[in-house]
Amino acid sequence: MKIGVLALQGDFAEHIVMLKKLGAETAEVRLPEHLNDLDGLIIPGGESTTIGKLMVIYGLLEAIREFGQGHAIWGTCAGAILLSKDARRDQPLLELMDITVERNAFGRQVDSFEAALDVEVVKKATKTDAPFHAVFIRAPIIESVSADAEVLCALDDGRIVAAQQGKLLATSFHPELTGDTRFHEYFLTLVEKF
Amino acid sequence: MEEQKGSFAVKKGLAQMLKGGVIMDVVTPEQAKIAEEAGACAVMALERVPADIRAQGGVARMSDPDMILGIMDAVSIPVMAKARIGHFVEAQILESLGIDYIDESEVLTPADNEYHIWKHDFKVPFVCGCRNLGEAMRRIGEGAAMMRTKGEAGTGDVVEAVYHARTVHAEIRRLQNMPVEEVMTYAKELGAPFEVLMETRELGRMPVVNFAAGGIATPADAALMMQLGVDGVFVGSGIFKSGNPAKRAEAIVKAVTHYQDAKILADVSKNLGEAMVGINVSTMPEEEKLAGRGW
Repeated sequence: MKIGVLALQGDFAEHIVMLKKLGAETAEVRLPEHLNDLDGLIIPGGESTTIGKLMVIYGLLEAIREFGQGHAIWGTCAGAILLSKDARRDQPLLELMDITVERNAFGRQVDSFEAALDVEVVKKATKTDAPFHAVFIRAPIIESVSADAEVLCALDDGRIVAAQQGKLLATSFHPELTGDTRFHEYFLTLVEKF
Repeated sequence: MEEQKGSFAVKKGLAQMLKGGVIMDVVTPEQAKIAEEAGACAVMALERVPADIRAQGGVARMSDPDMILGIMDAVSIPVMAKARIGHFVEAQILESLGIDYIDESEVLTPADNEYHIWKHDFKVPFVCGCRNLGEAMRRIGEGAAMMRTKGEAGTGDVVEAVYHARTVHAEIRRLQNMPVEEVMTYAKELGAPFEVLMETRELGRMPVVNFAAGGIATPADAALMMQLGVDGVFVGSGIFKSGNPAKRAEAIVKAVTHYQDAKILADVSKNLGEAMVGINVSTMPEEEKLAGRGW
């Protein structure tokens, strides 16, 4: 299985480390032709405005949209923003998932936080029970899901922080910054399934 | 559910989000918007870019909070600001503004000629400069969540940035290749905290993100630093002291992403207009160098 990580800007190297731990083959994606022999794609954390701009310039917006028709894609934080239909702001988006996100929804960096989350589908897929340690950095929230998109996980106050729509996955936190590979394992099951 | 704010993982995490990106010095909200439009992953808000600080002389201090807030309002990307070395009250003020990162910077006039800020006490993360591994380890020991090699700010001459990055990486290679019983003495030689040094040895790199800074003026300079193994670049005077800031800014962003693709680098280097007027560091008197500030 070969998984690409969009490497325009952000913490793509951290995702590659996690994928390698799970035995997946990996590739850095900077141009459309780098998508050619991939089974799935991760869009990492970073600055969504920077990544979006470079996606437009190098023809990756269209190429990834097309890739998403037949392959699994997972976006973490900035990646989740880029997968959304609406980010309440004028910026280039893939518009692949029926979710609306709000950027920097928790505030500025001093409000960034860590929390333990229960994500049932991930626990089930990995046959484990421990809560998932999640790192939120100037994180977006998923304001609402519509059509076929489903909520995977919400905070105690109901704010949605993970969603799935078939083979597409969006998390507002960063599993790649923890030592916990279960979310990546879960993503690989989606890659296999579709 | 318990939420923990201001942890080291969260501080270090923001720097991880900046990797592969360009952080640009800006002095007005308009410049901040140009930087964001060009693809900057963050901006550094300050009153004068290093080239002007150098030219005008005098004491360089933290910027006016009102000016910093104006820049924070203008853009959605993270905003950093500089405090003087050792000036923990400037840092407290910047933290209260809700700034995303504080640069405890040798570009400003040091407020303390012996000690740096104890950065663990803050919720806001700090980036600090280094010329070598010992300096980096000391700053991380004090709580810095991101490093940058110092280079020589405000010169447009990349030679010191290269020297500092090469020095750090050579020292890390040496650290990794020595038997463990030699590490304590190496820590003593470098003046480095032992635990941070051991962690660096395990990882084969600094335990925090490390950018290059000080003298980067062209897309080729930026790609050079990336190929030398840094995680991203700061561009200070290089953009807004050049002939066509918007175009140069975007070209440097592209160069950092495609740092290994010489064809793309050639393409983005075309027709950028005039680069900033440089100062040759090799003819600069030692006492005029900013990199020597910091202990």
